[in-house]
Amino acid sequence: MEEKRHTSAEYERELQEIKDGLLYLGALTEKALENGSTALMERDSELARKVVCDDDQIDQIDFELEERCIRLLALRQPAARDLRFITTAIKITGHLERIGDMAANIAEKVLILNEIPQIKPYIDLPRMAEIVRGMIRRSLDAMVRSDVELAHRVREEDTVIDKLNDQIFRELLTFMMEDPHKIQVSLYIMQISKSLERIADHAEGVAEMVIYMLTGKSVRHQPTCKTNG
Amino acid sequence: MVNVEKEMIIRTKNVDFFYGDFRALTDVTMDFEKNRVTALIGPSGCGKSTLLRLLNRMNDLIDGTRVTGEILFEGKNIYAPEVDPVEIRQRIGMVFQKPNPFPKSIFNNITFAPKLSGIRESGALEALVEESLQQAVLWDEVKDILGKSAMTLSGGQQQRLCIARALAMKPDVLLMDEPTSALDPISTAKIEELIDSLKKHYTIIIVTHNMQQAARVSEYTGFFYIGKLIEFNATEKIFTNPDVKQTEDYITGRFG
Repeated sequence: MEEKRHTSAEYERELQEIKDGLLYLGALTEKALENGSTALMERDSELARKVVCDDDQIDQIDFELEERCIRLLALRQPAARDLRFITTAIKITGHLERIGDMAANIAEKVLILNEIPQIKPYIDLPRMAEIVRGMIRRSLDAMVRSDVELAHRVREEDTVIDKLNDQIFRELLTFMMEDPHKIQVSLYIMQISKSLERIADHAEGVAEMVIYMLTGKSVRHQPTCKTNG
Repeated sequence: MVNVEKEMIIRTKNVDFFYGDFRALTDVTMDFEKNRVTALIGPSGCGKSTLLRLLNRMNDLIDGTRVTGEILFEGKNIYAPEVDPVEIRQRIGMVFQKPNPFPKSIFNNITFAPKLSGIRESGALEALVEESLQQAVLWDEVKDILGKSAMTLSGGQQQRLCIARALAMKPDVLLMDEPTSALDPISTAKIEELIDSLKKHYTIIIVTHNMQQAARVSEYTGFFYIGKLIEFNATEKIFTNPDVKQTEDYITGRFG
């Protein structure tokens, strides 16, 4: 459907700047996650340190976006879809900022892992990281394209990540039981896996916010799997 | 859960309205719930004030107008031949955009209409003045100057006096046509607070250009465009997630 422009060009521009800001922040978090994954795979501690430092920029943009949203709420008294956009933008930037923190956490664990011998080739972790990165990207694509269906698909992907996390947990548990010397390294890998699982939750949160933004209906806190009775 | 049937005090059914050949309203059907505030919004010329004035037959005063369809007040068509418009206007009072007190004392502004309707006893009139001014939250400000001219009051006080004057006739419904557009923000806030307290006893229908005002004071909002009721919904729904795109475009400022 054809979108009418706002009567106030300034207001229109301010709304667009927030949208652009969210996309930029999303791109930065995706990059942080990609770098973190590469730093692990290639045992590149330099790159891992960069991920930790880059989080400052993510925090700064999160702060600025929130300020802009609050400013628009105060000055423009937005209604309907503008209101939903601005209020969800505040939540989305919060989710993205947390994703940045998790990526930095992963990088910190990578720095430690890179100092000790690898117990096995990393297969599932980079796979998880790749799916999670896609979830972040698609949740924001759904916002740009006003694609509710895509946002729903992102939510479904979260269950894949949960399963992968469980699988990694079980695998590492057997490693640790077999050889106590592998406990330290296993725990760090477990923390990375857990961070990825949390990032997927935040990407799901972004997708839920996008669904609310587009439809006005909240899908948060609804069971995604069937329960008995 | 007890399912309480909502009581509708005014219903319009397929109302069309013409100023001469010009059709100002097309097929307006809407129900106004008792003791609730309903806001009518829309761009200039959309027909919202025309509809408001139809509800107490104020448009009868304009030559060459014609109304079709039905407007039911407590189930009776107010445009039926046997209905006395003066009686309708007693039950359905009106407050206008600009405060329009009579050039008389504050006291006489309130008692003017009640006297015409036959109340003569001074004790009863005094009680009515106090009660009306109390309800309009003006009593404390004017109780010592009731003999002074109403024209000496501030704009906000004058508007509350006009509301008190309307209340003195003990109406069931109060129609307000942009009642705060000529007032400063503090006076506006006082009128809005007053609207909130009045709805316990009165049904209020308000036309406003200030959308935030509609959002603040009303339970239901009707959006009009070119003489048609585009959307009529709970105010919260209209301002967070309206059903009709045209409504959304209007309230978010994407219009014209």
